[in-house]
Amino acid sequence: MVGYKFCEKMIARHSLHPSELVVFGEEPRPAYDRVHLTSWFDGKTADDLLLATAEWYVENGIRLHLGDPVLRIDRENKTVQSHKGVVESYDYLVIATGSAAFVPPVPGMDKKGVFIYRTIEDLEMMKAFAPNARSGAVIGGGLLGLEAAKALLDLGIANTHVIEFSSRLMPRQIDDQGSAILQNKLASLGLKVLTGKNTREILGDDAITGLQFADDTILETDILVVSAGIKPRDELAKAAGLTTGPRGGILVNEQMQTSDPFIYSIGECALFNNMIYGLVAPGYEMAEVAASHITGEAKSFTGFDMSTKLKLIGVDVASFGDPFADPESCHSIVFEDKYKGTYKRINITTDGQFLLGGILIGDAAAYNMLLQTTRNKMVLPANPEDLLLGASRGTSDAGAGVTALPDEAMICSCENVSKGAICQAVTDGHETLDDIKKCTKAGTCCGGCTPMVKDLITATMKAQGKYIRNVVCEHFAYSRQEMLDLIKVKSLRSFDEVLDHYGEGEGCEVCKPVVASILASLWNDMILDKGNDTAQDSNDRYLANIQKGGTYSVVPRIPGGEITPEKLSIIGEIGTKYNLYTKITGGQRIDLFGAHLSDLPNIWEELIAAGFESGHAYGKALRTVKSCVGSTWCRFGLHDSVSFAIRIEERYRGLRAPHKLKSAVSGCIRECAEAQSKDFGIIATEKGWNLYVCGNGGSKPQHAQLLAADIDSETCIRYIDRFLMFYIKTADPLTRTATWLNKLDGGMDYLRNVVLNDSLGIAAQLEAEMQMLVDNYKCEWREVVENPELRKRFSHFINAPEDKDPTVKFETMRAQKKAAEWK
Amino acid sequence: MSTIHTTTTSWFFACNTSDVPTNGGVCVKYKEEQIALFYFARRNEWYATQNLCPHRQQMALSRGMTGTVKDEPKVACPFHKKTFSLKDGRCLSDETECSLTTYPVKIVDDKVYIGVDAVMEMADAQI
Repeated sequence: MVGYKFCEKMIARHSLHPSELVVFGEEPRPAYDRVHLTSWFDGKTADDLLLATAEWYVENGIRLHLGDPVLRIDRENKTVQSHKGVVESYDYLVIATGSAAFVPPVPGMDKKGVFIYRTIEDLEMMKAFAPNARSGAVIGGGLLGLEAAKALLDLGIANTHVIEFSSRLMPRQIDDQGSAILQNKLASLGLKVLTGKNTREILGDDAITGLQFADDTILETDILVVSAGIKPRDELAKAAGLTTGPRGGILVNEQMQTSDPFIYSIGECALFNNMIYGLVAPGYEMAEVAASHITGEAKSFTGFDMSTKLKLIGVDVASFGDPFADPESCHSIVFEDKYKGTYKRINITTDGQFLLGGILIGDAAAYNMLLQTTRNKMVLPANPEDLLLGASRGTSDAGAGVTALPDEAMICSCENVSKGAICQAVTDGHETLDDIKKCTKAGTCCGGCTPMVKDLITATMKAQGKYIRNVVCEHFAYSRQEMLDLIKVKSLRSFDEVLDHYGEGEGCEVCKPVVASILASLWNDMILDKGNDTAQDSNDRYLANIQKGGTYSVVPRIPGGEITPEKLSIIGEIGTKYNLYTKITGGQRIDLFGAHLSDLPNIWEELIAAGFESGHAYGKALRTVKSCVGSTWCRFGLHDSVSFAIRIEERYRGLRAPHKLKSAVSGCIRECAEAQSKDFGIIATEKGWNLYVCGNGGSKPQHAQLLAADIDSETCIRYIDRFLMFYIKTADPLTRTATWLNKLDGGMDYLRNVVLNDSLGIAAQLEAEMQMLVDNYKCEWREVVENPELRKRFSHFINAPEDKDPTVKFETMRAQKKAAEWK
Repeated sequence: MSTIHTTTTSWFFACNTSDVPTNGGVCVKYKEEQIALFYFARRNEWYATQNLCPHRQQMALSRGMTGTVKDEPKVACPFHKKTFSLKDGRCLSDETECSLTTYPVKIVDDKVYIGVDAVMEMADAQI
């Protein structure tokens, strides 16, 4: 990677300093992204990981020798000779041979089933072997070791142990307390961690069967991955007589020159100031320094901040500045939440002025801001603990923070892009993240700075007065949330009133449904009253779903999917009478298609007489609460999921929201009702119910996340009240709960705080508002059926109410009708 | 002998003003045709267009939502939300889409009349 970066840097200087580049590589493919090696297991191909294709090298005039390592350097004649016998002369030679896995000298490393974790070939061998393995182990609890453990989990080896020699995981990045939290988190994901274990021998005859530790304990395992650190690849340099360190590494100066001034060394094979830099960002910096020095500039390498943030198996881990600052010279503020599995530590100077470094586990949202505060020696606020708690309290956002940074602040440390450079690019008209990535390269490597880059774009545009507010449309200069608050304060009840107070023009197909939905969510009045009928989206206006050809479909509510044979027969009779196509929906109800507009009130009159009510399939409203049969019949069922689903569906029926709402209740962990794919889903546990929220199917499926565990029915309903009302009040138009959560500052932790801990102090209000909506519920189809004026609106021709649309055409398929295909 | 074709507007009675919902539309039957009639109550303006949305040939425009874009009155088809100007019938959301036929509307004594072209054929001998 570092060698490739060097080529890129030289190409960038090509017009000023033309040079001829020759690259030798030991591996069979061009340089690839080793940082994201684990993503190979997620389905990325080796080609996806390439930093540049072989064509790129050709296009830039670079001669590339793959699978052909250099074996000998002739410093006197300035030539190199490769394994295949190629001899090339050089003016300058750059050694970027990287590192190899350090394999501890434990007997038995040559047994079958023992792998190292370093190259794509290693991964391929592991993958081929994995189907034979039922248990796995990884030696090394550092960054790469945990990545390797994830790889084993991904390969289907559920029983995987991580073995670390020292007393904690990631000993170079985090402290004991942080490690304990991380271990708990990992354990919940199925990864067992053994610390303080010294492996003495690898057991097994031919293939590995287990590990013998120095404390005489034994761990049985079928596969072992060794990831115990790195060893610089300095053998070539050593053979050429270059100076190397006592524990390996090619000695370099500030210009990355080795003891031979015509030979440079960069990346993980270089030893600078007694230190090997095993991260990509400093490697890239070294490439820049070497390229600049060769082309006659005077940059130098002065060491590098080893701060790092990463997601380990879904757990955020970050460490920055000096994470273990000496307690003599600093104070530490520590925040630990064992329930959520978060640990945060910051070290500040004894005078409380500056931040020295810290550790974040479980939630690293504040990482960028804290890192910048450390690097730029920014003076801390009066209560430095706000740095840790601010983000989760939802009061201060990172957006406010970026403006305080000096222009020199390094935002993207991989690509060396400063705040000033990003802001300048925004000023020059690059106003999207993609644009900024293209023109500055910021955020293109590890991606860790992306949120900050986004904040900078917004802040810079705002400063230019260019920031576009998230308004509804040209008729209302407010966001949906602002509109809701205004309409509530003034107790407005119709679209016309809202337009008079806060809008201009006549409204349009964007703002009308938004306002109509807000009115329904606030008051739950009959939606066709007060002139609001023409503000409804067309399906809501006719309380049915328009289908191809202009006919409508009818969906009666069948709460929980439970229906008596008698009612089932009535649906059949009505379907026959009005010649409707019938189909079972995905939400356990029955859809009747092909109804003429003027037949709708008649159909509903019959349905209501039989005890049915509107299913709101036409509205951005609660649709169905699906259920499995539950404990009444099922031999696995823990609770009566049908009864609870009916209760939930009857509570929230008719509830209008920014988008449709779906729910489900499963009677046990087998989850037959698929509750985890719903906006809110409930699963029975031994002790009560688990409540999941913010899932959806559709084009971008997303699993719901656990909001609360083992709660009783009353608590569950209270939490759903709060959750739904909070969503209704704050979401953008046509935003499902999953997307809403994805955009919510502070995410699930914040939402859990609002709903469970009442962090905003609004829980009682949310519950009261929901109760009012529940109390105001009326079946809107019943109101239409009983009101002649409303019924009149369901005719196709105003001047010939008895006539149906003569252009409607049906065809026949499998003994039912279907809409004629449109053009 | 040649024939001169001239057109003139003939007005037919559509419905009473109270039949049309405020800020919405209805469909009017005229012979074998369907005409969408719209009432903008806030500015007391009436518009009429063909009821057929040219996009997917659906008889649906009268059920669409009305509104304005920069003061120009428009209707959005309920099927795919294509929007059309009620002034001249052109599609506002897709330049390649066909335009709507528009019709003049007049109100006399709370009655709505829509104007349609009447083709008058006159032999030049009669002139």
